Amino acid sequence: MAVRIQEAAFGAGAELDRFTADAPGAGAVVSFTGVVRDVDGGLRHMLIEHYPGMTERAITALVSEAVARWNLTDALVIHRFGQLAPGDPIMMVATASAHRADAFAAADFLMDYLKSRAPFWKKEVTADGADWVAAKDADEAALNRW
Amino acid sequence: MDILYFAWVRERIGLPRETIQTEAATVADLVAELCAREDRYAVAFADITALRVALDQELTDFDAPLAGVREVAFFPPMTGG
Repeated sequence: MAVRIQEAAFGAGAELDRFTADAPGAGAVVSFTGVVRDVDGGLRHMLIEHYPGMTERAITALVSEAVARWNLTDALVIHRFGQLAPGDPIMMVATASAHRADAFAAADFLMDYLKSRAPFWKKEVTADGADWVAAKDADEAALNRW
Repeated sequence: MDILYFAWVRERIGLPRETIQTEAATVADLVAELCAREDRYAVAFADITALRVALDQELTDFDAPLAGVREVAFFPPMTGG
């Protein structure tokens, strides 16, 4: 299991290849990559702030919960902070399991909780100025699925 | 006690962290104490339903007691992922 909170860019393909190579016994690997979306009017960049210490702690707790609930052989969460450009990968979740159902469910669970329980805040900077991205009610509601 | 502010809470208050002496019993008491100090706090805490609070890096609510707490953090709802 690994949790990496980093400012540096990462290559989702290379990370997935490495994760898969290190997952012997897994018949299923599921991954999700979140990418900086462009906005109307053009996004200059996205600034991601986080709470060092709590971020690692909160995500590690989520990964532990996923491991307790599903039959996983491995799990990986990478999340960036700092300044990102449109098209940059923001974060990535990968799960490995003997069978796909557990890998899909655990990845879905991790994504839902990362959205509204990992202490990150996104600010979009456009030609018109800068705005904090508001949390969506739907993201909070999604937690009830679990 | 260390108090940390993130995102627009940090911007409205004008600093990322500060250390204060307080006798506040709960988070809500601390918020009331800060709001009484200066307008910028009152502006940031105008609607606490729009805010979240963590005590020693664990998410909690505004009724939580502060006894033994070293670090309080205030921030808007999180937008990870």
